[in-house]
Amino acid sequence: MKENLNNPLGDDNLDERLWEYIDGLGSPGERSAIEKLVKTNQQWKEKHQEILELHQLVQSSVLEEPSLRFTKNVMEEIAKYQIAPATKTYINNKIIWSLGIFFVAMIVGSLVYGFGQIDWKTTSDPKLPIDISKIDFSKFFSNTYVNIFMMINVILGLMLLDRFLEVKKKKIQKEA
Amino acid sequence: MSTGPSDIEIISMVLKGDHNAYALLVERYKSYVFTLTLRFTKSREDAEEVSQDIFVKAYRSLADFKGASKFSTWLYTIVNTTCITFLRKKRLQVQSLDDERTFEVADSQDSGLRANQVEQKSRLSMVNQAIALLNPDDAEIITLFYKNEQSLEEIGQILGLEVNTAKVRLHRARARLKEKMEKYFAEEVRDL
Repeated sequence: MKENLNNPLGDDNLDERLWEYIDGLGSPGERSAIEKLVKTNQQWKEKHQEILELHQLVQSSVLEEPSLRFTKNVMEEIAKYQIAPATKTYINNKIIWSLGIFFVAMIVGSLVYGFGQIDWKTTSDPKLPIDISKIDFSKFFSNTYVNIFMMINVILGLMLLDRFLEVKKKKIQKEA
Repeated sequence: MSTGPSDIEIISMVLKGDHNAYALLVERYKSYVFTLTLRFTKSREDAEEVSQDIFVKAYRSLADFKGASKFSTWLYTIVNTTCITFLRKKRLQVQSLDDERTFEVADSQDSGLRANQVEQKSRLSMVNQAIALLNPDDAEIITLFYKNEQSLEEIGQILGLEVNTAKVRLHRARARLKEKMEKYFAEEVRDL
């Protein structure tokens, strides 16, 4: 590629560099280099003028105004509501921490149990040191506590589904 | 931006129970919010309704504003999320229309634009019309940067973007605006 001696910055991303220059961005070194190019290089000069015009045009555009009753409408609407308490006041950090600890304990427990099943003497064997077929899954699912846990999950799931359907029903009634 | 009590002072008055003070904030930001909303909705009626909804949402969550950023930045975050939800709902409605109807609407909008071009040759309405032709994301970032006095850092915060990503998006939006101006307002641009 032929090097342009008048333009050490090159013409790549010319627009982008000029926009940044007009926005006042970039390092002082970059800015002075662009400033020099805008003064000396015809292509940069024309492009700068073109972009500057658009920049000034967009800057001078006016804001749109809503109707004259707008503020009154908003004030009438907010009169129906109360300011909700700050999120921090009703989210109990203790509950979040308890839930976090519970899930971490579950993961750690599973890992400890999993590692407990590994026969470390056979680690030289390239195969998996654990024989999954030998694990008796039935003893987990016949456990009373596991059954209670799963039952609670099913009930919670049904409650969630009920709530979801209720919201949907209300929405349909509202639209009708 | 304006004289009178600062945004923080007004918020503190509202939180202490002076609900009427909220009208000062509405007056101060209604044009900014309405302009941004209009970039998404493309209809004044919808923009009015959505803007009203935004101010109600902001009022209800006012206790959550901690003053870590400017009130305007916080408010425009609500504008962004509310408008995205509005567009999502609108898109669902549009999908239920048949293609023929969609093209009819597009045609009428285009001819309306040409009629407007003839009627309104002023520079300012030309820019607003060109911005209105952009997709909502481009129109939003240009409005936030030029009209709503937000820095690239603040725009990143509002849109949930890194500063550099916001910069690239702004650059692309400006390039597309330039294209639209050259395509639809070539004569007016030459007259400038």
